[in-house]
Amino acid sequence: MRHLTRRIGFYLVALWASATLNFLIPRLAPGDPARALLARMHGRISPAALHALEVQYGISHEPLYSQYWQYLTNLAHGDFGTSFANAEPVTNVIARDLPWTLALVGAALIISFLLGTILGVAVAWWRGSRLDTVLMPAFTFISAIPYFWFALALVFILGHSLNWFPSNGGYDIYSYTPGWDLGFFLSATQYAVLPAFTIVIGSIAGWMLGMRNTMITTLSEDYVLMAEAKGLSQWRIMITYAARNAILPNITSFALALGFVVSGSLLTEIVFNYPGIGYALVQGVQNKDYPLIQGLFLIITVAVLVANFLADLAYVVLDPRVRSERG
Amino acid sequence: MASVASAATESGDELVVSGGRRGFWRAVTSNGKVMLGLIVVIFFTLLAIFGPFFVGSDVNAFGLDRSAPPSSAHLLGTTAYGQDVLAQVVVGARASVALGFSTGVIATIIAVIVGLVSGYVGGWLDEVLSVFSNVFLVLPALPLAIVLASFIPYKGPLIIGFVLIITGWSWGARVLRAQTLSMRNREFVTAAKSTGEPTSRIVFYEILPGMIAVVVAQLLGTIIYAILAEAGLEYLGLGDLRGVSWGTMLYWAGNQDALALGYWWWFVPPGLCIAVLGAALAFVNFGIDEIANPRLRTVRAEKRRTRGKAKEA
Repeated sequence: MRHLTRRIGFYLVALWASATLNFLIPRLAPGDPARALLARMHGRISPAALHALEVQYGISHEPLYSQYWQYLTNLAHGDFGTSFANAEPVTNVIARDLPWTLALVGAALIISFLLGTILGVAVAWWRGSRLDTVLMPAFTFISAIPYFWFALALVFILGHSLNWFPSNGGYDIYSYTPGWDLGFFLSATQYAVLPAFTIVIGSIAGWMLGMRNTMITTLSEDYVLMAEAKGLSQWRIMITYAARNAILPNITSFALALGFVVSGSLLTEIVFNYPGIGYALVQGVQNKDYPLIQGLFLIITVAVLVANFLADLAYVVLDPRVRSERG
Repeated sequence: MASVASAATESGDELVVSGGRRGFWRAVTSNGKVMLGLIVVIFFTLLAIFGPFFVGSDVNAFGLDRSAPPSSAHLLGTTAYGQDVLAQVVVGARASVALGFSTGVIATIIAVIVGLVSGYVGGWLDEVLSVFSNVFLVLPALPLAIVLASFIPYKGPLIIGFVLIITGWSWGARVLRAQTLSMRNREFVTAAKSTGEPTSRIVFYEILPGMIAVVVAQLLGTIIYAILAEAGLEYLGLGDLRGVSWGTMLYWAGNQDALALGYWWWFVPPGLCIAVLGAALAFVNFGIDEIANPRLRTVRAEKRRTRGKAKEA
C-alpha cells in the first residue's frame, strides 16, 4: 500500500507543477500577449469572470502570492476560466470534447498495447526468423513517421481516393445527434476507424520493440533454461515463464510513453477534424484563446496522470514483489 | 519512484563497450543496421549543408506554374503558390536537420549533467532532481510545448528549439541516473575517490566515458523526438511561417487543402523525408543497442536454437 500512496503523492506533485507552470508561463512570456486579448473580453462576460481571467493572467494589482492562491482556489473549484472564442466556460468545452478523445485514444491505446506486446513476444521467440527480420525494420520505419503525416496519407488514400471510410468529423452530423442510440453509436464507430487505425499503427512499434528487447533478455535467464530442460511445452515456456516476466518493464514504458502517444493522438484528431480535445486545442491556438489552451493542457495532464496510476495498479497486481516488499 | 525505474536499459545491465576504440569501430561497420542508418543520416546532413547552394536563391518566391504535378521542369511538382517542391525540401532539410541535431545535443547535455550529478551525489539533491525530472517526464510534452509556443509572441526556430529542449531532456536524465547508480560503487570509482580526485572529475572523466553508449542512444532518441515534435508544432502553425522547413511545408499544404485537392506531391516529400531520417536514426540506435548489449544480437548459434524451437512449436 505504501507504494501506491507514494505514487499518488508524486502525481499530486506533478499536478501542482503543471498548474504552477500554467500560472507562470503567461507572466514570464515576453511582450504581455494576454493584456491585449483580455481587452477584447470587456463587456462580453460577467465582471466576476473577467476578474478571474485577470487573476489568471496577472493583470491585477494584487500581490503575486494572492493571485497565485486565488488561481489555485479557482482551479480546485473547477473554474478553468472563460474561453475567449464563444465566451463560455472552458469546463463546458472540456465536458463536450473529452468523451470523444477518451473513447478514441483509450480504445486505440489498448488495442495497440495488446497487439504490440503479442507481436513483441512472437518476434523475440522466433528471433532471426523471417517474421523477425521483416517486422523489425518495417516497424522501426513506421515508428519514425509523424502521426499526423500518416493520418494525412490515410485520409488521402482511404478517405478521398477510395472513399472507404469517412475521414472528417466524429459522426454523421446530418443523420444523428449525439445520444444513447444505436445509430449514433454505429456512426461514431465508423468515423473512429481511420483515426484509431492511425494511432494504433503509430504507437504499436514502440510496444513491440520494447517487448522484444525485454523478452530476449528474459529468454536467457536460467529459469527459462530450466523450464526447457524439464521438457515443458514451448507455449508454456513462452507465455507463463518468459512473457509474464518480460511484460513488467513494458508496462512501465507504457506509462512513460503515454504522454507521447497522447501528443500524437491530438495531432491525429486535428487531421481528421475529430471533435475531441486535440481539435479544440488547435482552434484555441488559432484564436489565441489562452484560457482554453491552458485548461486543455491541464485536463490532458490529469488524464495522463490517471492513466499512469492505472498502469501502477496493473503493475502491483502483476508483480508480487512490489506488494510484499513494501506492503 | 524506485519501482518504476526498471525498464530494460535501466535495470543496471552493463552497457559498456569492450575492446577499445578499434573494436567499437569494427562492431559499427559490421552491423548492417548501423551502416544503413549512418549512410542515410550522412546523406541528409550533407544535403542540409550543401543542398541549398544548388537550388535557387528564394525558394519561397511565387511562381507562375501553380499546383503542377511532377514533371521534368519540376521534379517534385509545385505548390499552390508555384514554388518548386524539390527546392523547398532541400532548403527545408537545413532547418529541420539543424534544429533537430542542435536541440538533441543541448537536451542531452542537460540530461547528462542532471542524471550523473543526481545519481552520483545522491541525498536530497538526488531526491529533488529526480522528482523534477519525473514530473517533466509525466507531463505531456506536446500540449506543454503548445502552451509555451502560443504564449511567446516571436515565432521561429529559436523558440521551437527552446520548447523542445524544455520538454525533451527528462527521459535521458532518468536513464543516465539509473546507469550512474549502478556504477558509483565500482572499484575504479572508489579508487579515484581515495586518491582524492574532485567529484566533478570522477563524475565526468571516470564515470561518463563508461556509459558513452547509453549517452549516444539518448542523443539519437532525443534527436528523433525533436525532429518529429518540430514537425508537429510547425504543422500546427507555431513555427516561423515565412521560413522553409519540412514542418512549415506541411502546414502550408494543409492550409491550402492540398489533401482534398489531390496535390499529393506537396505533402508526401516532406513527410517522407522526416520518416526516412527518423527511421535511419532509429536504426543506428538499435544497432548501438545490439553492440552494447550482446544479448540482443542475433548470432548464428542463437538462430539455430530458435529455428529448432520454431519447428517444435
